Amino acid sequence: MTALLSGRGLSRTYRAPRTAHLAPRALTHALDGVDIDVHEGESLGIIGESGSGKSTLIRLLLALDIPTAGTVSFEGRQVDPAASARRLHWLRRQTGIVFQDPYASLDPRMRVGRIVAEPLWALGIPGDREARVAEVLADVDLPADAAGRYPHEFSGGQRQRIALARALVHGPRLLVGDEPLSALDVTVRAQIIGLIDRLRSRNGLSLLMVSHDIGVVQALCDRVIVLKDGRSVEEGPTSRVLRHPSAAYTQRLLAAVPTLPEA
Amino acid sequence: MSLEVTDLVIEIDGVRVVDGLSFRVADGERLGIIGESGSGKSLTALAILGLLPEGAAASGSILLNDREVIGATERELARIRGDEVGIVFQEPQTALNPIRTVGRQIAEAPRIHRGLGRAARREVAVAGARRVGLPEPERIIDRYPHQLSGGQRQRVAIAMALALDPGLLIADEPTTALDVTIQAEILDLLRALVTDAGMSLVFITHDLAVLAQIATHAVVMESGRIVEQGPVATLLTAPRSPATQGLLRDARATLWRPDEKEER
Amino acid sequence: MSGSRAAWWRRLLSDPAGVTGVVIVLALLAVAALATFWTPYDPQTADVAGRWAGPGAAHLLGTDATGRDILSILMAGSRTTVAVAIGAGVIATTVGLSLAALGALTHRWVRESVAVLIDMLVAFPVLLIAMMISAVWGGSLAVVVWSVGIGFGVNIARVSRPELRRVLHSDFVVAARASGLSGWQNLTRHLLPNVAPVFIVQLSWSMAVAVLAEAGLSYLGFGAPVTDPSWGVLLSQLQQYLTVYPLSVLWPGLAITATVLGFNLLGDGLRDATDPTLRTRGGSARRARTHLPEVVA
Repeated sequence: MTALLSGRGLSRTYRAPRTAHLAPRALTHALDGVDIDVHEGESLGIIGESGSGKSTLIRLLLALDIPTAGTVSFEGRQVDPAASARRLHWLRRQTGIVFQDPYASLDPRMRVGRIVAEPLWALGIPGDREARVAEVLADVDLPADAAGRYPHEFSGGQRQRIALARALVHGPRLLVGDEPLSALDVTVRAQIIGLIDRLRSRNGLSLLMVSHDIGVVQALCDRVIVLKDGRSVEEGPTSRVLRHPSAAYTQRLLAAVPTLPEA
Repeated sequence: MSLEVTDLVIEIDGVRVVDGLSFRVADGERLGIIGESGSGKSLTALAILGLLPEGAAASGSILLNDREVIGATERELARIRGDEVGIVFQEPQTALNPIRTVGRQIAEAPRIHRGLGRAARREVAVAGARRVGLPEPERIIDRYPHQLSGGQRQRVAIAMALALDPGLLIADEPTTALDVTIQAEILDLLRALVTDAGMSLVFITHDLAVLAQIATHAVVMESGRIVEQGPVATLLTAPRSPATQGLLRDARATLWRPDEKEER
Repeated sequence: MSGSRAAWWRRLLSDPAGVTGVVIVLALLAVAALATFWTPYDPQTADVAGRWAGPGAAHLLGTDATGRDILSILMAGSRTTVAVAIGAGVIATTVGLSLAALGALTHRWVRESVAVLIDMLVAFPVLLIAMMISAVWGGSLAVVVWSVGIGFGVNIARVSRPELRRVLHSDFVVAARASGLSGWQNLTRHLLPNVAPVFIVQLSWSMAVAVLAEAGLSYLGFGAPVTDPSWGVLLSQLQQYLTVYPLSVLWPGLAITATVLGFNLLGDGLRDATDPTLRTRGGSARRARTHLPEVVA
């Protein structure tokens, strides 16, 4: 399978703010030499706890941040993270992202229709925008009149649907999720998982999903990478990694997950 | 410590957000309250402490050790809070005062309720930190919240809630914001503390799996009403109400199953 | 639907405070416009025989020490007021937003230098400096407008900068970048509209205080020259003869007070009217509930 999105040797270090004059500033290694490949048509999960670097990795892969070291390429074409917005349009057309916090990822002063249509506008995609917005809102099971309303009129789960609509309106090939389900209730989570699964098979999407929730990854991902402290500790098919984890950290992680007694 | 809630009704702006709740927590029992966001669980917890916000009115009866909470004066409530009931919230960030050391916050309730001197307060703080498993208790009590990790902050919040050995601890989604490994540690800690001290526990969550780890009995809420209650084991194996069945089904759909058969 | 489509102006007009603000400011503008062409009497024409006339049919507000019609002076003075408010407002906006943008959106060392600069400038006593400048170069409206404009511009920058930074790190701004927006597009579509509430209030307050500052400086002799019709100048002239016609100071005093109030109310009203979360019932209930700890999503 061809690699759709690839990262090689990705590292990102931050310098902590100065605590005293003339004292050297501490370096935080948010990400340290991570390699990752998302293949066409597959669904890859990134598992990690806070501080593992998973969100940093996503931002580097989508050129939303500049790596301290390493390269990113999409379909073999290198991504220049410092390029202007216009010169990154080719990447933006192929990717869509949904963030974790449904209450922060939608501009509170914009109507939903305009929010969802924004990628079309920014990327200069021709065609009837209103119709396309109506279409994609229907795809995520939202009523047509949602376009005229404001984000605060919707619940958390509905807002994530709006965010999904925005991520898919321009027909990307890769959908990226930065813990999109973490802030949702169990019931809503199940619904959104079902929705993502449906959209995936219908649109032939590839999926890159960051989560700290093992269950979500098990439900949606074919392959999984486990991150700890900015490094990749394990990688492989989901069923293998979750049932026979080789890394000690993965084993500890799995042991901590609360489970239900079988029916 | 016994808690008896009868026909609790909470109204906000004329809307009945909690509509006729009745349940009981016996001495030493661990009760879970489970429901989705908006089902009214957190408001119920606040009502028990008389901490409802402006604009919310409670009616009905909440008996804490046979004393009525609804309609009690602020003085009576202030006496109850911390001393007889402790509460731990979801966000360790916002529960702690960022400009005070952790030790001072742990000793805060004892200082107010018992009027302890400085040396005694320090002892209380160290003992509290040790009790919740914080590393290097004598040193950590002089740290500020931002210098601690999320899990450590939640331990501090628990130490604060337990500082006066209340008979009842209310925990409102205390592990929702934490990593899964930390969550497991905190749940173990809560279980141990509660059983050692013979406290009653009211644990609020939207996560059935977490509930199964910590509660012996549970109350299922939906739209401000209780739709089912009983021992947790029964709820998980033989749920009667559609709401519980739905919760169970959704939980299973999104939960990791260690022995799932290969299907992808 | 619950009114989420109502235009912001309709919303503004349904709020009593907002209406008051609109009425006052519109009245001020109308009077100023009118005064460009017509006033009951020529504000400069003296009529010594008829001085200190009380309010009456001939002179609605009476006359001053040299027999000039107070109403006409007041009307002519409204033009000064409007000019000062608008002038200071424009300067404050330009200076304020530019500094705020520089202090929020550029490289770290630029940002931090600008932040320090803003803090330094805020410490300057604007009115005192205006007086100093007037004392050296002679008082004029230009001095007032520029010093108040820059002074309050810096204030606007001080308040808008952290707002900008807060919004800058919001997920929806990152999402916009991920959709392909450039920095400039993000600024105009997302950052500025979200800083608007804070900015509107600051601006209206600045304009109100500009009016007050002009009146005060002119009253003290550091602002408009004595020959210009200005409410502050009028106030100081009338005040000297308080024992003769005590009521006369009421007129410019009321005019100044009403104008300041009008700008403030208009600013508050505009801020509320343009906030989408305030428009619907769901919005207000949601905002009320967000004060509860992690209660309702």
